[in-house]
Amino acid sequence: MDLNTYTPETLLRKYKSLRRELFAQETQWLDKRIAILGGSTTTDIRKMLELYLLSYGIRAKFYESEYGQYWQDAMFKTPELTEFQPDIIFIHTSNRNITSFPQVGDTKETVNALLQEEYAHFSAMWEKLSVDYCCPIIQNNFEYPYWRLLGNADAVLEQGKVHFLTCLNLMFAEYAQAHPNFYLNDLNWLSANYGLEAWSDPFYWHMYKYALALPAIPRLAQSVANIIKSIYGKNKKAFALDLDNTLWGGVVGDDGPENIQIGQETSVGQMYAEFQQYLKAHQQIGVILNIISKNEEENALAGLQNPGNILKPEDFISIKANWEPKNENLRTMASELSLLPESFVFIDDNPAEREIIRQTFPQGAIPELQTPEHYIHAIDREGYFEVTSLTKDDLARGEMYRENAARVRQQASFTDYNEYLRSLEMKAEIRSFQPVYYERIAQLTNKSNQFNLTTLRCTQEEIKHFAEENSYITLYGKLQDKFGDNGVVSVIMGERQGTDLHIRLWLMSCRVLKRGMEFAMMKELVRTACQMKITRVYGYYYPTAKNAMVKEFYQMQGFTKQQEDKQGNTVWTLEIPSEYQPKDLQIQINEEKE
Amino acid sequence: MIKNEIYERLNKVFQDVFDDESIVVNENTTSADIEEWDSLEHINLVVAVESEFGMKFTLGETTSMKNVGEMVTIIANRATK
Repeated sequence: MDLNTYTPETLLRKYKSLRRELFAQETQWLDKRIAILGGSTTTDIRKMLELYLLSYGIRAKFYESEYGQYWQDAMFKTPELTEFQPDIIFIHTSNRNITSFPQVGDTKETVNALLQEEYAHFSAMWEKLSVDYCCPIIQNNFEYPYWRLLGNADAVLEQGKVHFLTCLNLMFAEYAQAHPNFYLNDLNWLSANYGLEAWSDPFYWHMYKYALALPAIPRLAQSVANIIKSIYGKNKKAFALDLDNTLWGGVVGDDGPENIQIGQETSVGQMYAEFQQYLKAHQQIGVILNIISKNEEENALAGLQNPGNILKPEDFISIKANWEPKNENLRTMASELSLLPESFVFIDDNPAEREIIRQTFPQGAIPELQTPEHYIHAIDREGYFEVTSLTKDDLARGEMYRENAARVRQQASFTDYNEYLRSLEMKAEIRSFQPVYYERIAQLTNKSNQFNLTTLRCTQEEIKHFAEENSYITLYGKLQDKFGDNGVVSVIMGERQGTDLHIRLWLMSCRVLKRGMEFAMMKELVRTACQMKITRVYGYYYPTAKNAMVKEFYQMQGFTKQQEDKQGNTVWTLEIPSEYQPKDLQIQINEEKE
Repeated sequence: MIKNEIYERLNKVFQDVFDDESIVVNENTTSADIEEWDSLEHINLVVAVESEFGMKFTLGETTSMKNVGEMVTIIANRATK
């Protein structure tokens, strides 16, 4: 359920009934334990965070510090917090928690010492928390003060509070750059965007010790929830865009491609061009652009050929321009791109089209659009694509989808599928987990839903642990072919118990389905396991709403089913090497490095 | 604004905030009459009333209001919607 149709006031006012409704959603919940360490009151922050996380499919249990005890909780190992075992720690501090600001008469050296002291107060806490809890930490930076003794010079002179907080914020950002499991919640931007005067309304501080105005809390909570859902791989991945009155002004079929409003000639045309620029920028973070438009295809393409467009036909991976219902087009498009319909952000100026998508895909993202000059606000505010890590794969994703489209075209020219696979000239690199891939591997365990036998979600620390302990066998698989490199696409982790191996994790990205990669992984798994004197391999399948495609996976790999319970969980075994029958592969494994 | 109308809209606000459709307030209602009306819910109530009627309470008023009747008097003087 998308909360973007509710105002912040409504979210606060109807918290209790919305919470009930969200809990009743049918979805595959992700359960997480979140500790909020507050430097001020956090009650309503916890409530709003809970709503947003529920709307993202994350069911959270919370720990809240006693009032203002964030630092004590972190530094002195509060037993309640230790027992709670947080998956995420959110430190909610604000400029109300600055211990001492500079005075106007202070020397440069004094101010610098204050700055270092304040920074040390926080960084010591982060270091302690990361040692004690090994989990992601989310830390607010600072909002500007709501009054300025020095006026504009507050931002110029070292003694100014604005200058002091600006320096601290930079130091926090540098820490975040250097620590992959540490995330900054940009209070400074959020408060500026909201309006600092309203954000800092002292009424709420003096009345209830809230460091921000109550009506601003939903915005803060959404920002934190966005970081969390991004860490757990729940970002959206693609846009599905309408054309007429969405990407340009006017109706191309009626007005003709030369008369649509797009480009620098008119104000309206400029406005749509800016919106197209905004969309195009998303390609840089791996978001793919697609079109679903009720139009004759030739009209749609003619509209896109208008030279005023920033977006060109080749910017889109899939274009559905026809008269079919949009929910069906979205379903088809998603399956062709090996994505889920819920992974799309659906942009359409027509409320009726938004409604049909909302009805068909309750977990989808369908921003409410008002006037075209505010499209960017409406989309950007929601943080659909919140960036918490930028892997090389993210940067190259658009290219990968393009290559996939080329593969599909090539496939059409072969009658024998194996001949087609051979023509791809596939090469795989399959090895035990390497540090350079920990981030990508963790990301895959959190993102892959369909080709995933156990849906075991892992943090980067856990991946590192599996890689370093010799009681585990780990394998990642990279696949490349003549059209390009798919990057890391498959992951296996098994736990050794004597001569038995229990496969706790086996997943593969759907973009390499039907290429034989799962058999190449199996071949390497058996080879590695035999070297370690394993004689029996146990496979497990735990059904979820999304992984039916791998229900019979172990049977296909030659395993024998041993058990099945009422929920459909199954256990399989294979004796190696005796029962293992290698399959014909069109993939060369670990070629150049051996 | 007519006080009856204020009470009608105010009931809806109370019902939403305390998630209880049976709540009906009158001028003598105080926090003692509604079980969940503690100091933390008080702020949600105040903000919900402010946004319902397009007005603000001062800090002084918020700490000194003794019952719903006093709240309604302030709303009647200041409501913009």
